[in-house]
Amino acid sequence: MRLRLIAFTLIGLVAAPALAADAAKGKSAFMKNGCWQCHGELGQGGAAGKTLAPKPMPFEAFNVFVRNSNGQMPPYPKEILSDADLADIHAYLQSIPAAKDYKSIPLLSQ
Amino acid sequence: MARKDRRRFLTGFVAASAATAITPPLARGQEEVAQNTRPPSALPPGAHTAAAETQTPGELAPNRIGGVPGSDFMVDVIKTLGIKYCPANCASSYRGIHESLINYGGNKMPEFLTCMHEESAVAMGHGYFKISGKPLMTLCHGTVGLQHASMAIYNAWCDRVPMIVVGGNDLDAATRPPSVPTFHAAQDINALVRDFTKWDDTPVSLQHFAQSMVRAYKIAMTPPYGPVMISLDAGLQQEPVKTHGGDKLYIPRYVPTAPPAGDGGAVKEAAKLLAEAQNPVIVADRMARTPNGLKLLVQLAEALQARVVDQGSRTNFPRTHYLSAPPSAVSGADVIMGLELADFWNVVNSWTDNGEHGVGRNSSRIKQGTKLISINASDLITKSNYQDFQRFQVIDVQMAADAEATLPALIEAVKSAIPAAKRSAITQRGEAAKKAHADDHARTRQAAALAWDASPISTARLCMETYNAVKGLDWSIVSQSGNVSNWLTRLWPIEQHHHWLGRSGGYGVGYGAPASVGAALANRDLGRFSVNIQADGDLMYAPGVLWTAAKHKIPQLAVMHNNRGYHQEVMHVQRLANFRSRASNYGGDLGPVGTRIENPDIEYHKLAESMGWWARGPIKEASQLASALREAVKVVQSGTPALVNVWTQPR
Repeated sequence: MRLRLIAFTLIGLVAAPALAADAAKGKSAFMKNGCWQCHGELGQGGAAGKTLAPKPMPFEAFNVFVRNSNGQMPPYPKEILSDADLADIHAYLQSIPAAKDYKSIPLLSQ
Repeated sequence: MARKDRRRFLTGFVAASAATAITPPLARGQEEVAQNTRPPSALPPGAHTAAAETQTPGELAPNRIGGVPGSDFMVDVIKTLGIKYCPANCASSYRGIHESLINYGGNKMPEFLTCMHEESAVAMGHGYFKISGKPLMTLCHGTVGLQHASMAIYNAWCDRVPMIVVGGNDLDAATRPPSVPTFHAAQDINALVRDFTKWDDTPVSLQHFAQSMVRAYKIAMTPPYGPVMISLDAGLQQEPVKTHGGDKLYIPRYVPTAPPAGDGGAVKEAAKLLAEAQNPVIVADRMARTPNGLKLLVQLAEALQARVVDQGSRTNFPRTHYLSAPPSAVSGADVIMGLELADFWNVVNSWTDNGEHGVGRNSSRIKQGTKLISINASDLITKSNYQDFQRFQVIDVQMAADAEATLPALIEAVKSAIPAAKRSAITQRGEAAKKAHADDHARTRQAAALAWDASPISTARLCMETYNAVKGLDWSIVSQSGNVSNWLTRLWPIEQHHHWLGRSGGYGVGYGAPASVGAALANRDLGRFSVNIQADGDLMYAPGVLWTAAKHKIPQLAVMHNNRGYHQEVMHVQRLANFRSRASNYGGDLGPVGTRIENPDIEYHKLAESMGWWARGPIKEASQLASALREAVKVVQSGTPALVNVWTQPR
């Protein structure tokens, strides 16, 4: 609870991602830092990690969660994931297009 | 009786003795009398053994041992139990019974199946039982072989699966061969697995063996099921048959023991709680021992209009039923009934591996005051050393009893206990459950649509392309190793007991491949189509079982979930690195050193081909998957096992 309060207090203090955030670099950072292991290469999520994309949470909340997570995901401190990499990762997640409606996929609508 | 005739006679005898009363091998005149009398409690030995007891050695077929081998009598005993197969890896300490099985016993009932690892042999029996409901026996070297087998025995123990493990051992230090066979001998081989078997014995005479084998079968097959162990002295196998203290040898008749049902008072108390609850939820793990268990649970759930969370160690409840619910359903319950749960604590609590100072954090998943009911036969066989009994959970009404055997009484008690004034509310509860099920169905499918065209292929796509290839057949998912985000149980229309067999029990990696072969063997005999979602790491524990499947013509469709890593372990290392503010060393791979299976990538299709399978791969694009699967299905239908190597997303 204490961590959660700190996390939400910090939301207002964290700057928005740099405009230079780069989706291509973000994909590389997403893979290099092991995010894909639980969340899938397209942020689709699964048994081990929540769905991150499409429509990722706003960067401010994303940043606070990644740095302070007290859930199943361990926090990623700056020493192992830089602010620039985190911003790029968010840009990558934003770049992932929406999934098709399942009703348009024959294997899922049967 | 001529030897050939006797074999034919034995075949019929064993076939008739599958489960309940055994017809002893009586002469024709005696058979007629026996039809009108109660079956005897013991069977005489076969003619071969009887001759050994009554004739002088010189009258028997000439051989160097001067009589009938003791292991021939052992085969007579085994044949009365109707054990169809004996998967095993050959070993000198059981050479006596090995020779008797394949030569004297005609290699039928049981048929010896050549295995390349004892762990594979035991896991084959594990999978076989889940389809057939009948246990297999396996033979192994009592020391080194049993050490190989032990992980699979532990899985069977945790998964409550019966199995008769017979370990050869040369006890007599004065006569056993020196050197290697003595390395492979021990005072008490059973000690190695005593903590995770229901019972074990070391027979010292042939009559003792007959009692031990029948007792072992009976104990293994009395719920809660479990593996049993017999140490079989090499000398006893090889010595000639003698009378036992002047008495003739006999074979005790196997009569099944009725499973333990719940106490009548506790059943009524549970029924009252359920009937009067606002929102009862049933959670089932290993409840449906048989297909009838599934039918009983449907009756109970419908009587209460209670949602059912099937944890999936068996198919306990149809996934397509509107009362089928996700695990989160417990959060709104005021009464929760757990049926054969391996871990009740974890159903009503959660643990997060992210607490202060590296210690996990507990939290409740349920409302305060929720009443808990448990019916669990595992309470009857709790042991001390291995911790498969899990964390302690306080339960309001607890029955140490077999859930499937208890359900008929509970259903009747619930029907009687439902107050007339509650019936309308119960109907409304059912309507709400229908809506929740429909909403969940749509949400699940939309989640599956994410990354639908990804390369490597998403696990949801892998599962649905596979379903599409087999949906017109009488299919059975014989194993799912690794983690495919539960898409099989979330997306496939799992409705029958054989559709889904659950997992290993003890989470010992290496179960998937051999258990799938054992289950496919049982399905082959029933004319069913077997599907196995095969994880890469699991297969590499003992890939020799692929050869066993090809050798013995056991068809299955194996679809590789090849994510090129031990993904369960990745996050453990990453988590600790994060806690310690250290970048994890990936060593040039895509995960922490020691957790990846890449550079070089294993060519599973070539591995399978080298052992007699049809195989295709690696398939990395979703668009290429359907045609490969269609081709593979045809191959499997022709009787050949087929493997499609698919590169997949992690989970």
